[in-house]
Amino acid sequence: MMSKIKSLDELKSVQEKFRAGRDPNRPCITVCVGTGCLAYGTKKLVDGFRAELAKRDLAGKIDFRTTGCHGFCERGPMIVISPEKTFYQRVGLDDAAEIIDKTLLKGEIIDRLLYVDPATGEKIVREDDVPFYKKQTRLVFGLNSKIDPESIEDYLAIGGYGALGKALAGMKPDDIIREVIRANLRGRGGGGFPAGWKWDETRKAEGEPKYVICNADEGDPGAYMDRSLLEGNPHLVLEGMIIGAYAIGSSEGYIYVRNEYPLAVKNIHTAIRQAREAGLLGGDILGSGFSFDLKINRGGGAFVCGESSALFASLEGRAGEPRAKYIHATHKGLYDKPTNLNNVETWANVPFIIERGADWYRGIGTAGSKGTKIFSLVGKINNTGLVEVPMGTTLREIVFEIGGGIPDGRKFKAIQTGGPSGGCIPEQCLDMPVDFDELTKIGSMMGSGGMIVMDDRNCMVNVAKYFTNFLVNESCGKCVPCREGIRRMRDILIDITEGKGREEDVELLEKMSKGIVDGSLCALGGSAPNPVLSTIRYFRDEYVAHIKEKRCPAGVCRELIAYSVDQEKCTGCTVCAKVCPTGAAAGERKKAHSIDQAKCTKCGACRESCKFDSIIVR
Amino acid sequence: MVNLTIDNRKIEAEDGRFILDVARENGIEIPTLCSHESLEPTGSCRLCVVEAKQGKKTRIVTSCLYPVAEGMTVDTKSERVMNVRRLVLQLLMARCPESEPLRELASELGVEAEERFTPDKDKIKCILCRMCVRTCEKVVGVSAIGFSNRGPGKNVCTPFKEESATCIGCGACAYICPTGHIEMTSTGDTRTIWGRTFKMQACKVCGRFFAPEDQLAYISEKTGVPADTLAVCISCR
Repeated sequence: MMSKIKSLDELKSVQEKFRAGRDPNRPCITVCVGTGCLAYGTKKLVDGFRAELAKRDLAGKIDFRTTGCHGFCERGPMIVISPEKTFYQRVGLDDAAEIIDKTLLKGEIIDRLLYVDPATGEKIVREDDVPFYKKQTRLVFGLNSKIDPESIEDYLAIGGYGALGKALAGMKPDDIIREVIRANLRGRGGGGFPAGWKWDETRKAEGEPKYVICNADEGDPGAYMDRSLLEGNPHLVLEGMIIGAYAIGSSEGYIYVRNEYPLAVKNIHTAIRQAREAGLLGGDILGSGFSFDLKINRGGGAFVCGESSALFASLEGRAGEPRAKYIHATHKGLYDKPTNLNNVETWANVPFIIERGADWYRGIGTAGSKGTKIFSLVGKINNTGLVEVPMGTTLREIVFEIGGGIPDGRKFKAIQTGGPSGGCIPEQCLDMPVDFDELTKIGSMMGSGGMIVMDDRNCMVNVAKYFTNFLVNESCGKCVPCREGIRRMRDILIDITEGKGREEDVELLEKMSKGIVDGSLCALGGSAPNPVLSTIRYFRDEYVAHIKEKRCPAGVCRELIAYSVDQEKCTGCTVCAKVCPTGAAAGERKKAHSIDQAKCTKCGACRESCKFDSIIVR
Repeated sequence: MVNLTIDNRKIEAEDGRFILDVARENGIEIPTLCSHESLEPTGSCRLCVVEAKQGKKTRIVTSCLYPVAEGMTVDTKSERVMNVRRLVLQLLMARCPESEPLRELASELGVEAEERFTPDKDKIKCILCRMCVRTCEKVVGVSAIGFSNRGPGKNVCTPFKEESATCIGCGACAYICPTGHIEMTSTGDTRTIWGRTFKMQACKVCGRFFAPEDQLAYISEKTGVPADTLAVCISCR
């Protein structure tokens, strides 16, 4: 257990002590144990490495570190070997011994574990040379791979809590707020509201106590940036919050994190305990006289609880329902007291701004959006994972250069940004720089940073139906337009995908959208029509094809499609017959197969499995 | 005091009051389904939305809980406003096709049912205006009923839909319900509501069964008036 650090000088010497303890030239195996890699079974790999190291009596000679998510989830389980930063991907349990014997002890590279750049066919040895990482600016997220999230010593060794020391020892609260305003740090949870202004409002508001809250109720389908930050670098988030609390004049705070994130809950819990023991949380922090403490509140997993007033209601022990916000939370938030709520990633940016200054921070990004943004890049993309880029990076760079494009050489169709309340962006907008304002202009939004890539086999009406249905289930049910309106929109979308759409449906959907946007109580309802509106805006022809021609151009909507076999292309390999669950796909070996329409359930398994592209969908 | 304009009429109002109340006092009708003089506004029916202009900013606000402000211009019947109201009523009529009060309000406002919305067949008359729940909590003070589920599945019920031990059978929820959804039946010396049957007190003077014993006990406990005094009905007191 660490003893309390009582001053800035003591903090500096503790940081130095831990830094000195980490010889940068000593070999170190770093294993990603983020949630993605854990799902691949990395836990066993970690045990395997430990056992092999112990067997060879190498403990102490070779460092071994488990870290949070590195971001390149597509290629897990993955390890990085320092000091050369050798990058091995898709590492199996059987590889552990060989990696130690060959790479660590003899300096040999194991060819089969290297990443192959699909664009050039070239094998890449060093992590930094992997195109996925090379084109990113991993300011906030990059620290994940340098530290064990359960070790405050690791965080201190890389200079952690230095920004807090600087703030408490040499800056007045107003100085800090001015710096954050000047840096133009905007809320990463989706709203993009300038954090510094919010802090300033809360500081000036009357009423005690003042609360500082971290919103970790990330709930967009496909998004896991906040989760990976909390799991991989909880002290960074804590440090940002403590600096914010000092600037605002708050002594109490909460982290509202969903209970479905057990590893995040565990790691943030550990981090809070460690920070208290080290005198970085609690009374008289770093001997400054400033006191602040934090509690964790685990959310039940309602999407709407990411909305500030619903989050407060949930924290207070009531049902997570929003209330009309004509008085801002900065004046009347949790328990009707001045409250400052920021998202995980927003808090994680704060130490960098304080440490390196607003001028430096303003050097990254666009005119209106500064700094970097972490996106979770998922869907029909080669390099699934978490990417961090400067604001203003184009969608094309993210999808094609970092993401490596669309699998199987298929054609890009759209990218859905901003979660369920965001929109689908078509190819013609791909060269647009991504920042808060630009995304709003084209009918989507930044949201918390989810990006779902779709190809020509995604039906946009079906996509709109999926997101609308998500919102039907996640509406709190308090106000009529959201509770009743979204489900009626969903019902119409179901009709359209089942060939029961009517000609006037598109117009009705647009009209309903206006009423729901204007009439809903909170932003969930207010933005719920976005998936429908953006797909109508950019893919109207698909709606028309479903409604007028009773045809699904992407070959997705079951009621409107039929599978058949291209008799010319089929080689009679029998794979489709093997995967078909109902025996509809059948035929003799080496002879063209066929599909019995009466038996076919249109599950698409034959199409997925055919290597000769001979399954036709109409 | 602040000066504002509602539907082209110049109005002076006390600072901090809500648009809906000020409009109504000045004879300007704004329809509502979840507002009641005994209850704090909740803003859930969205029928009372109006278009409010402050400075250069025009936006749709909820008149039942949006305070008036100096120089504000309010339009209670703009096209945007009417589009929201029409949608809200059409959605509620599809939810509760048999509700007479809804149909009356719709015809007053010239709103016709949207035939594209398939009417719900569950015969539920509840429009989730929340007045019963708020009355039980804020006026009666027992919180015997609340909500379960969320979204379209949301409904008013006692905890776990079981007999409520805190319910006093007062019937205030049934009384305030605008659509007659909450059922309360009385037979001689009993009253049944929310699945629980209450024993009724007979007036010591006229013998009429006038209130549940549990309700009288609750009032006695709250006010300190002896139970014996409360055992006489209002007419005989």
